[in-house]
Amino acid sequence: MFKLRSSKKHFRRESTPPNQASFAHLYISDKSNRPDPREISSVYRSSSALKQRFFTLHTFIKFRPNLYTRHPIPAKIMITTQRSPTGGGGLQSPRSPSSQPPFLSVSVTDPAKMGNGVQAYISYKVITKTNLPEYQGSEKIVIRRYTDFVWLRDRLFEKYKGIFIPPLPEKSTVEKFRFSAEFIEMRRQALDTFVNRIALHHELQQSEDLRTFLEADEQTMERARSQDTGILKKKPYDLMQIFRGVQSKVTDVVLGKEKPVEESNPEYEKFKKYIFELEDHLAEAQKHAYRLVKRHRELGQSLADFGKAIKLLGACEGDALGTAFSELGAKSEMLSIKLQREAHHLLMNFEEPLKDYVRAVQSIKGTIAERANAFRQQCELAETIKLKEIDLNKMRLIRSEKLFDAEHEYEELKANGQEATRRFETIVRLMNDEIVHFQEQKTQDMGRAFHEFAKGQARLANAIADAWRSLLPKLDSLSVS
Amino acid sequence: MMGFENQGFEEAQLYASREEMESLVLDDDGDNINGDNDPSSRSNGGANGDGSQHHHPLSPSLPFAEISTTDDDDPLLSSSSRHQNPNSFNSLLEPPSYADAVFRSFDGDRGKQINGHGVSSTSSPSSSSDYLKISVTDPQKEQDLNNSLVPGGNTFVTYLITTWTNLPEFNGTEFTVRRRFKDVVTLSDRLADSYRGYFIPLRPDKSVVESQVMQKQEFVEQRRMALEKYLRKLAAHPVIRRSEELRAFLHVQGKLPLMKTTDVASRMLDGAVKLPKQLFGESVVSAAVDPNDVSQPAKGGRDLLRIFKELRQSVTNDWGSTKPPVVEEDKEFLEKKNKLQDFEQELSNVSQQAESLVKAQQDIGETLGQLGLAFVKLTKFESEEAMFNSQKVRAADMKNVATSAVKASRLYRELNAQTVRHLDKLHEYLGVMLTVNNAYADRSNALLTVQTLLSELSNLNFRIEKLEAAASKIFGGDRSRVRKIEELKETMRVTDEAKNRAVREYERIKENNKNELERLDKERHDDFFGMLKGFVANQAGYAEKMASVWETVANETSGYAKGS
Repeated sequence: MFKLRSSKKHFRRESTPPNQASFAHLYISDKSNRPDPREISSVYRSSSALKQRFFTLHTFIKFRPNLYTRHPIPAKIMITTQRSPTGGGGLQSPRSPSSQPPFLSVSVTDPAKMGNGVQAYISYKVITKTNLPEYQGSEKIVIRRYTDFVWLRDRLFEKYKGIFIPPLPEKSTVEKFRFSAEFIEMRRQALDTFVNRIALHHELQQSEDLRTFLEADEQTMERARSQDTGILKKKPYDLMQIFRGVQSKVTDVVLGKEKPVEESNPEYEKFKKYIFELEDHLAEAQKHAYRLVKRHRELGQSLADFGKAIKLLGACEGDALGTAFSELGAKSEMLSIKLQREAHHLLMNFEEPLKDYVRAVQSIKGTIAERANAFRQQCELAETIKLKEIDLNKMRLIRSEKLFDAEHEYEELKANGQEATRRFETIVRLMNDEIVHFQEQKTQDMGRAFHEFAKGQARLANAIADAWRSLLPKLDSLSVS
Repeated sequence: MMGFENQGFEEAQLYASREEMESLVLDDDGDNINGDNDPSSRSNGGANGDGSQHHHPLSPSLPFAEISTTDDDDPLLSSSSRHQNPNSFNSLLEPPSYADAVFRSFDGDRGKQINGHGVSSTSSPSSSSDYLKISVTDPQKEQDLNNSLVPGGNTFVTYLITTWTNLPEFNGTEFTVRRRFKDVVTLSDRLADSYRGYFIPLRPDKSVVESQVMQKQEFVEQRRMALEKYLRKLAAHPVIRRSEELRAFLHVQGKLPLMKTTDVASRMLDGAVKLPKQLFGESVVSAAVDPNDVSQPAKGGRDLLRIFKELRQSVTNDWGSTKPPVVEEDKEFLEKKNKLQDFEQELSNVSQQAESLVKAQQDIGETLGQLGLAFVKLTKFESEEAMFNSQKVRAADMKNVATSAVKASRLYRELNAQTVRHLDKLHEYLGVMLTVNNAYADRSNALLTVQTLLSELSNLNFRIEKLEAAASKIFGGDRSRVRKIEELKETMRVTDEAKNRAVREYERIKENNKNELERLDKERHDDFFGMLKGFVANQAGYAEKMASVWETVANETSGYAKGS
């Protein structure tokens, strides 16, 4: 059984040895500051190449908690300065007053169309300003394209299990709109939000990949991206596996097990249900919001046409009535422009945040799937260990000569089992924090979206009211003349 | 049903807030609707009917009641915030005095305008103290025992027509008659004959197809409304309201005393009787046109020979080979006619655009409502599932937005009903343009009659001259030729008389046309200004209400604003 699982693992990891190795290296060297003998020995003890890889992965995950506390102070400061509603003000006090608070701010700007035909794509200028010591300088400008952002998202998703990775704007869209100014601007804005959310996240902001993304020259970036395409290509299959595991509560058919490998924590069950239903509700609201944008445009168009027609009618009338008609027509046309403008504002500041909300929920579903995965692994390992234990006891009874090897194997398995448990527990712990953060963040985001929506509608309604009201005295004076 | 209840609720809300806020325009407007038309038209009018239909997609306030704990306070809240907001908000944008001034004047003029408008459209502009009010009610099915010509279809519907008036021509102030649709057809045909050149309101269609396709009840109701509208328009026409025909129709009990002029059978019969006489000319005199007839339009089809001749004349006119002896020489009239044609074109264009504007307005209102309901659902969901305080906060914000979206949606719906009511004038005038075209057709038909008679005369003259020339060659005269000449001269005399009558008729129609055009210009001026002001005032008023609804939310959520 173990063989089966590990070969599966192997399959998944195989395509990324160079990166994985380099990261393993990084974490091990990082760990040298705070050595943990048990961990190192576990790495050195493994002999086969396959096992090496397997353990590398585990080591990496296990070390992460240490990694997070590597720069505790900046991380906390980030909370207080950037995530104002969540971080307590009290955290600021331990900070040394000597230097300026650390910051990392990114802006995605200047979308430019590159290439031609099918190959065409949009590139963005990504400008980073920071005083974090890990970064090469205080300001760096790189050129990135959408797939680079995808790369970053996928890397983070792989490494930071349990954290809700900020969502990316949708990948594909109708070809016709792909290069429309509105679509490009919406995507630019969404990408900007995406990177900044990562840069503001107290854990994600320390990601090596983020640094690569923000600092590496284009060639390096491209190399990193193409090295990872193996992972990316397998991704859809992987995800489907995961989702099937989550959504339908089937037993693990592969292992021939009968009991479902699902967490039976009622609180978490509730949360899962909440997330899945939330997505539906949000999608519904977003659909209507999008329709509302369209309706604004249509009303604008109708008003413009009506205005034009009324003006022509005015031209037929001459005299005072004609003047009145053309005044009305002019006002209609003017308001039509206002409506179009408001439609755009609505799209950017109300519909898009709603869509972003939907995407965030979808990203959470990804995390839920990872958690289910981790839980299953944990269960499977526990099962395997139990079986092994029975085997071992049998061997002890018959005093088999294989006992030494078997004991060795059992120890390894047990270590693996602990790994899996720790991994799962990490995900649970991180998720608990993330949920709180997510809810607070969304209250902020939605609050802002609602504010923008209401402000926009009020602005529009006032513009309409003012325009028509200013026409009334004119109509009065014209009607008596 | 729900729709109406809801509307009632809305109105109640409007009136309630009116007491608190005198300057609120829309409430006054609501008042005016009731004052403007009589009560029945309020519920029957197209605008209101539409409005109630549009309720359904958004089930009204029910979903609210479930989540909204402060529902009872809502009207108070919104009206008081309305009270404060326009001023406070405007003061940010522009000098408050200006805003106030605009607001006040707009309010004051509205009442005046509505009243003026009401007078011009429902009663004679000359004497507003006269009244002639008509209502059509109580459709009843009856058996037609006499009419065996149409097998099967021997039931018909009669309508109770009630008239209230103080016109001296009517003996009495209130009376009722029962009439069927056929009687209305007779009335309209008689009017068309008697009042050539006038802009006579159009009779409702016979709608043969609809009567088969539609539900009986629905069809009868639609026809009842159409008839009422038609009769009211007739009553509003300054000349026709005083016509004998209308009076007989409204007043005389029992069978309609008017002659059926357009009964197909009798028309054909008339023509058939005259046909041989005219074509084969037993006597030449009888071939001449009956002078009394020329004042009647030939298109009625009673006089086939005349139709034949006039048709030839019109073809000749079209070919332009011979210039007709009398042409339309009234430059001013031609100019006006062309202008009206352009006007009609643009008017139909505008009415089309107005329709799509109304549609777009309805759509945006509906979508806002749906968005609101989606947020209501989301609010409910979030508050039920809430595990953190942040979710409760969000749910509360959401509820505000949802409530406002639904409020705004209702405002859009009301606004749309008002928009329909006002822009309906455009449609009405498209109908008026048809009556104008009819009146112009009367005029050109009369002219054609004159032209035909003139060419007939010159024809006769030519024949007489030829005969006289021939007769003069024979010494002592040719008896038969002399007699022929005498006969022709007699024919010519009769024809000449007919021509003179035709010319007079033509002149009369011209005069009618001219007077009607003047009346139209005046009424159109009033009606269109009324329409424009109504449209604009409602757009402004409802936009203000919407602005105050959204401003409240914007203020409540201002804590989230960027940079704060």
